[in-house]
Amino acid sequence: MELMNIKLNRRSLAAITAGTVALAPFGRIFAQDENVVTYEAPENVGDLSGSFESDGSSTLGPLTEAAIEEFAAIAPNVRITNGISGTGGGFERFTKGEIAIANASRPIKDSEAEAAAAAGIAWYQFDVAYDGITVVVSAENDFITDLTVEELANIWASDGGVTTWADVRAEWPAENIELYGPGTASGTFDFFNEAILGEREVRTDYTPSEDDNVLVQGVAGSANALGYFGFSYYEENQDILKAVAVDNGAGAVAPSVETISDGTYAPLGRTLFIYVSASELQGRAEVAEFVKFYAATADELAPSVGYISLHADDQQSTWDKVVGAIDGSVAPDSDSFGTPEASPAA
Amino acid sequence: MSLDAKSTGLATSVYSPRIGTRQFIGKVWRWIFFGSTALAIVLLGLLLWSIIEPGWSWLSWNLIANPPSRIAEKAGMNPAIWGSLWIVLGSGIGAFVVGLGTAIYLEEYAAKGRFNDFIQTNIANLAGVPSIVYGLLGLLVFVDLLHMGRSLIAGCLTMALLILPVVVISSREAIRAVPSSLREASYGLGATRWQTIWHHVLPAAFPGVLTGIILAMSRAIGETAPLLVVGGASQVLWKPDGLFSTFMVMPLQIYNWTGRPQEEFEHLAAAAIIVLMIILLLMNSVAIGLRQHFSKKARW
Repeated sequence: MELMNIKLNRRSLAAITAGTVALAPFGRIFAQDENVVTYEAPENVGDLSGSFESDGSSTLGPLTEAAIEEFAAIAPNVRITNGISGTGGGFERFTKGEIAIANASRPIKDSEAEAAAAAGIAWYQFDVAYDGITVVVSAENDFITDLTVEELANIWASDGGVTTWADVRAEWPAENIELYGPGTASGTFDFFNEAILGEREVRTDYTPSEDDNVLVQGVAGSANALGYFGFSYYEENQDILKAVAVDNGAGAVAPSVETISDGTYAPLGRTLFIYVSASELQGRAEVAEFVKFYAATADELAPSVGYISLHADDQQSTWDKVVGAIDGSVAPDSDSFGTPEASPAA
Repeated sequence: MSLDAKSTGLATSVYSPRIGTRQFIGKVWRWIFFGSTALAIVLLGLLLWSIIEPGWSWLSWNLIANPPSRIAEKAGMNPAIWGSLWIVLGSGIGAFVVGLGTAIYLEEYAAKGRFNDFIQTNIANLAGVPSIVYGLLGLLVFVDLLHMGRSLIAGCLTMALLILPVVVISSREAIRAVPSSLREASYGLGATRWQTIWHHVLPAAFPGVLTGIILAMSRAIGETAPLLVVGGASQVLWKPDGLFSTFMVMPLQIYNWTGRPQEEFEHLAAAAIIVLMIILLLMNSVAIGLRQHFSKKARW
């Protein structure tokens, strides 16, 4: 069965059929690399059976769920359940051996890798899509267009001393800033703090919510609000929100499919990963087939759920890694995690 | 006599009919009470409107028959409907057996005293414990310690615990409402305590017990928090096929859809809420119907 049989919605279809650069409906511009990996299902794919779970990032959840949905159409006896416990919650279950796949919007932490090692779980990390954490203000806000990384850090750090916009830039109004952001269980929260604050402590007097739509409504409702979340939530709410360009020292760059895809939207552009247990991947044909399917179709599915497809070369390397991981020729990433070559020699 | 005259005189001097004022105060209170009733109804109406208005046009057969999908037009909640029905049925049966047993013991066997009062107070307090606490309990005991995993059976048992206090309380009230003359007549004819309970008390109390159970099940069908912890899934494409399969319930599906960035999913969530409300209304109607049916059979 060919992938062509899979139904895709209008947006992604427009993006895919038009090839490299497509002007999609609803005024979106998708810069899509050509589909370099074609999934060809083996003849016996319909005979595969079994059930396993994936869990983790609510950001990546919709993409994994889309892959599960399409895989179910060609392998109806493989039952995959997805959960959205957050990146940290997913890793907690993954490192206990409860689930085969962890969805992650940030790389695995040292503590999590240690837990996996203690439980004897070897794992692979595969790139599946890009996302850009988007800093937003209300569409009513008429003075802000960009922020430097340092200004953002001062706004969000507990020691930044910022309460009004005038504390950020003198020419801005002396109105209190209302801050909205994700809760502490979120991978987006971790990633943002690491990228923007580094070692500095994050302030706690902001309005947190695990539900990004709540953040959208909060920010949109006040001209003095500022918040951040995944690109897809900005993209769906462009009429009420304004994205703030981020200046990382080389000029302000606004988040867009192009700037996230080519890496110029730094430091808030990020890669979304799936972590797969090596023993499940190599020991269970249905897990292996699903991961292959995911790696091959993620570029087509990503735009339909609001994410940005990998470049051609990253798609190819994810695919090659998946194939190598299944036949065992590529060693698990857990083998090289935390080895001396990764940290400066003493 | 002089005393009488004095007191009467006092009364007449203090008493003034003030008919107008008193009737006015009476009317004011009437309108205050009407106002609070109207406020509740208006708020309920607004709530219903805010659900029905965005959701109505999204009600479709797809919503009931299809599994979830990233494409809103063909997304449905069939696995969630099945999951909810299984959870409600499983927890209802569990709570019925244990809850009714507890109620019978406390009402018919246990000696009235401090111990009984202590248990009663605790059960009443348990009914007020936030549902997430039951979720955490279920996660610890059923999912982890008893190795049930995030399965349907773990969900059923957790929900059974959650509704148990309500079932115990309503069953006790139903049993207590059975006139003691009925018991005494039974004893008088030489029946044992168990024969009295089985042949007379339980049949008489049954309508009340049943109503309590179904109302508790209606609560279970709308609960999200405990199952968020115990179930944990956000997408399940299949209806449950056994006690140990993963599951999805309607409130979780609604929660999942409201969290999606695309606006269509908010409409879909509203439509799903309408379906959930219809199922709830059906359950409550069944409860009322059963109560009517069994009450007619009462012969005292």
